[in-house]
Amino acid sequence: MKPTDTKNPEYFHKVVDCQYACPAHTPVPEYIRLISAGKYTEAYMINWESNVFPGVLGRTCDRPCEPACRRGRIEEEPVAICRLKRVAADNKDDVRAFMPGVPSEMNGKRIALIGGGPASLTVARDLAPLGYEIHLYDEHAAGGGMMRSQIPSFRLPDDVLNEEVGYILDMGIHTHFNTYVSSMIEILEKGYDAVFVGTGAPRGRDLILPGREEAGKNVHVGIEWLASVAFEHTHKIGKKVIVLGGGNTAMDCCRTSRRLGGEEVKVVVRSPFAEMKASPWEIEDAMHEDIPIFENHVPKTYVIENGKLVGMTFEKVKAVYDEQGKRSLVPSGEPEVFIEADDVLVAVGQQNSFPWIEKDTGVDFDQWGMPLVDSLTHQSTNQRVFFGGDAAFGPKNVITAVAHGHQAAISIDLYCRGEALTARPAPFTNLVSKKMGIHEWSYDNDVVNDQRFIVPQAEKKAALSDRKLEVELGFDIQTAIKEAHRCLNCDVQTVFEKDKCIECDACVDICPTSCITFTANGEEDDLRTRLKAPALNITQDLYVSDTLPTQRVMVKDEDVCLHCGLCAERCPTSAWDMQQYLYKVTKAG
Amino acid sequence: MTYIRPKFRHPDLPKNDLGYTTREYEGSLSTLCAGCGHDSISGSILQACFELSIPPHRIAKLSGIGCSSKTPTYFLGNSHGFNSVHGRMPSVATGANMANRDLIYMGVSGDGDTASIGMGQFVHVIRRNLNMVYIVMNNGCYGLTKGQDSATADAGSKSKAGSVNPFQPIDLAGLALELGAGFVAQSFSGDKEQLVPLIKAAVSHPGFAFINVISPCVTFNNNPGSTKSYDYVREHIEATGKTDLVPEKSEILASYESGTGTEVMLHDGTFIKLEKLAVNRDPFNRMEAMNALRNARNRNEILTGLLYIETETEDLHHTINSADRPLNSLEEEDLCPGSAVLAEINEDLR
Repeated sequence: MKPTDTKNPEYFHKVVDCQYACPAHTPVPEYIRLISAGKYTEAYMINWESNVFPGVLGRTCDRPCEPACRRGRIEEEPVAICRLKRVAADNKDDVRAFMPGVPSEMNGKRIALIGGGPASLTVARDLAPLGYEIHLYDEHAAGGGMMRSQIPSFRLPDDVLNEEVGYILDMGIHTHFNTYVSSMIEILEKGYDAVFVGTGAPRGRDLILPGREEAGKNVHVGIEWLASVAFEHTHKIGKKVIVLGGGNTAMDCCRTSRRLGGEEVKVVVRSPFAEMKASPWEIEDAMHEDIPIFENHVPKTYVIENGKLVGMTFEKVKAVYDEQGKRSLVPSGEPEVFIEADDVLVAVGQQNSFPWIEKDTGVDFDQWGMPLVDSLTHQSTNQRVFFGGDAAFGPKNVITAVAHGHQAAISIDLYCRGEALTARPAPFTNLVSKKMGIHEWSYDNDVVNDQRFIVPQAEKKAALSDRKLEVELGFDIQTAIKEAHRCLNCDVQTVFEKDKCIECDACVDICPTSCITFTANGEEDDLRTRLKAPALNITQDLYVSDTLPTQRVMVKDEDVCLHCGLCAERCPTSAWDMQQYLYKVTKAG
Repeated sequence: MTYIRPKFRHPDLPKNDLGYTTREYEGSLSTLCAGCGHDSISGSILQACFELSIPPHRIAKLSGIGCSSKTPTYFLGNSHGFNSVHGRMPSVATGANMANRDLIYMGVSGDGDTASIGMGQFVHVIRRNLNMVYIVMNNGCYGLTKGQDSATADAGSKSKAGSVNPFQPIDLAGLALELGAGFVAQSFSGDKEQLVPLIKAAVSHPGFAFINVISPCVTFNNNPGSTKSYDYVREHIEATGKTDLVPEKSEILASYESGTGTEVMLHDGTFIKLEKLAVNRDPFNRMEAMNALRNARNRNEILTGLLYIETETEDLHHTINSADRPLNSLEEEDLCPGSAVLAEINEDLR
């Protein structure tokens, strides 16, 4: 193998698994260290700069960082990254003084944002401080988009959302709420220098089966129903409720039903339980609220008696997989199942919908009705129009929408300045030694053995009787600090300097997880088998040095390195050093 | 300074025949200087015992005093250990071995502990052919007392402070050969590929097995002009050939190219395979080994590898016809066999 090029900003970035997995690349270990030092405001601001909604995401994020967490590879559970983010948000001081100001002189450019969700708000956050005049349109009475309309208050209290939306709207954003944009041409004619579309995936799919018409208003489309609850148009539901679907919307529907009078709420999914799309913790919380989940049930008919919905019938299936691993649901031959219901909530998927974008706007769509958008620049086929969030590439999640917003803001800024959109700014990186003395480091290199701590929850009876009572209470500070100590500080990199190495093997002997080997060089596949412990996880890189005096190379398998610093402590010549790597995605301007 | 090693280990660590990983052979965290050659030797001992699948409770580690003699704390934490008086490790090893011949005795000593204060003990334990492994971690200086020249420092070797050693060194491997040791090897702490098989062979040898390991003292004897520095040793090393220990049951003949090596069968059916021996090297010829060692020294080279091995050897228990079983397993009837046996003995004496 060739020597590893650590000058490539992505090499060390990839070692920080959580940050690399995060769509917005939030510097996770850095803010976790600040939390354990009690610096909640600083931790919040690092988050805010990167992901804009730390309080919201600390409660509702899809957490792509947690399955990636190295801790999950050396023991049972990853660090509770998401809930630590919430600790920073809950315990911070007033952060307004740290928010970027709006210049007194604007740059004369006007930008329209269609939709008031996380993607649009991120664009506003990035562009307003640069002097852009931002106009934000939303059909609802307040900003936040799906964070307000689809995430129930018992998971995300209104004041948390209002605070973080407020930080952005206070940057002199011109809001046009209760304004449904029905024509792209109209917007384009208003002469905005650029238009950003962040309208999400607003159309929930209905499920048309025999009896659907007669069932009428007792069958609800999940996301519309959630929005109507959020905006206080709907206050109750029948005692027996069926929720169709296995995603997070279904989980929110069933748990909201329990709070609106649903006593026997059942979730019914077509697929096997293990293949449900909802996050495991959402499923867990739903089951904790006495909501059973029926797997392998395919809905057949709405059953109507005396002109009223009384339940649904289902066909039982089993999952069969072909050689390519493709799944098909085959009838199991068991008798049909009837489940009683006063109301049915359909949460079987969401679609994008752009009825308001006319054909002759220059914005082209593909055969599935999705806009043609450049995945890097977020520009559509109309140079002036940009897309982000679920509107760009289909339904994902809040943190992805934020990442899109940052990139779209860069593109809009470049576009308005007449520069090439492909000339993206390089990430900000900084690599600095944590050495304080011969054997001292300015980070906490002890690896604690604690298992993941559990976030306490509100008492179930109280939670079910109040739709707005937040279920998760968040970590108390003592527990938060203990949980923060579980972080392995993966951003403190093991940096090897070949010219200093005297090949004494001290690092090889001391490494608790057998990461380091000195051996003859070879092809990667071969080398991976010849290490002290085989490097079977090919998603993790090998760090290879140039040839040493004994004609061997140093090979470090990054997979289960604890970043404990023992290699550097035992190195007599400081050929190993622990250096903190800070990687930040560059923002617009 | 970190004194606690994290408890997490690589999830895919190889396992030996007992189902153990190297973790079961680890000791506590070393307090020696960072980069000390002794730590590498500890690592090699650990690796050899792991590869031989020795149950840790069957090993007794013994040492004297010095940096080298601290190391038994840092390997085989689940084994028996005895940190004895300066230079007196061989006496304690002898006593322990006499009492319990079923254990594997791993003696660790240094150049001061062996070549100075313990010299009298060293020569006698060789003479008696006690069944043990005797490893000298040889750094040519007194590291614990700030690096004074030891008795194995080469004449002309320069210390860190700049003084040149005027005295001739004691060649421990040469001495062991001269005194009739049945297994003599020499190695370098920085060459685990050679050292691990040598330790495995030494453990399998049924008598006194001596390994002199050059082990640079990074703090006091790793300077230019020193003949025991990492750089000097690497430049002046001359290997006798590659050694490997082949377990009894594995088929070695198929992959074994005739004419390129020698195989040595040990008492337990294990083979030591010696590959690519230097021209005119014969590991069974003591005179020849002594000459080769001397010639290498004259060329300012350090001869490493297995220097000499005796396949037929009789250890101390055999020589003095002592009990076959450990003393702690002897019952009253073994020790007091009764008046009939006494009468028989008395009859013999008449």
